[in-house]
Amino acid sequence: MILKFCEWLAETPWSIALHESRYGYTTVESVHVWALCSFLSMAVLLDLRLLGVTLRSVPVTTVIRRLLPWSKAGFAVMVVSGAMLFFAIPVRTYHSIFFRSKLVLLVLAGLNVWWFHSRTEPGAAAWDLSPNIPRRARLAGAVSLALWAAIVVAGRMIAYNWFDCDRPQSAIVNWAESCETENSER
Amino acid sequence: MSLLPLFQWCEDSRVGEAIRTSKWLFPGIESIHLLGLVVIAAAVLVVDMRLFGVGLREHPVARLARDMQPWLVGSLCVMLLTGFLLFLSESIKCYYSFAFWIKMTSLALAIIFTFTIRRRVVFSDEGAVSPGWSKVVAVTSVVLWAGVGWGGRWIGFS
Repeated sequence: MILKFCEWLAETPWSIALHESRYGYTTVESVHVWALCSFLSMAVLLDLRLLGVTLRSVPVTTVIRRLLPWSKAGFAVMVVSGAMLFFAIPVRTYHSIFFRSKLVLLVLAGLNVWWFHSRTEPGAAAWDLSPNIPRRARLAGAVSLALWAAIVVAGRMIAYNWFDCDRPQSAIVNWAESCETENSER
Repeated sequence: MSLLPLFQWCEDSRVGEAIRTSKWLFPGIESIHLLGLVVIAAAVLVVDMRLFGVGLREHPVARLARDMQPWLVGSLCVMLLTGFLLFLSESIKCYYSFAFWIKMTSLALAIIFTFTIRRRVVFSDEGAVSPGWSKVVAVTSVVLWAGVGWGGRWIGFS
């Protein structure tokens, strides 16, 4: 059903226009990279602060209050430009193993954010400037860094066609990408 | 004098050849380049935002800049090294790429600006630099670095 939707999307005039435009697609890509710089750089600063490796004289709650709004704004641009990139090439992206991995990792990163803000951040005032940052705060920072690094790499890899469905793939790749092979039915 | 022979020499180098013929090396180096970008963006932006009067406003600029200095220099080294490796693998393409020259020009300007004028401003005593001048420096820095990022992305499209 999702595939049907992607196929329909690919046929819409807007999707074709974005895909075939000379500057449209590349501009959206550039905006995606700029948004990455603003959104992720701010998130990374918080992660590094939680790990206690930088900005040690700035209270954790200040970093959250002052930098996270910028991160959120960048994230909004990230999502919109990312959705447009998907919109331009829906079917291939839908099958892409890197895109699928990226979505899974994004969900995990979202859970980490949720866990941190609901469980760890409320008590942050108690260890705001303390050199002994609680283990779970450090863990949240480390997990976030690892997940986002993987997300960035997975995102970049979507551009490569090694695992595209129109090339011969192993059974496991065909399964993971829901490729339509000769002996599978629609 | 044309730089083309130099670029041809880079293209023919063993390292360039190895990266070009490998399936994983180029994407792998490119990924490190991209992760370095996030760190350098953090180190540059948080200080420029502070100069502009937003972000970590309660924190002295000089202190913030000192905190960010190792990250800035470290990530810049990673960027230059990985960028150079990527360049070796497609020097001739870069030679004829308009985006590449835009990127190199902005990069040179950004590095010079960051380690001269901006350095003087961020490490000056509190209040020694007028807020207006601080803002000009912040905007210039962001524009120059954004130009580097933009040019980099567009090399891939040409």
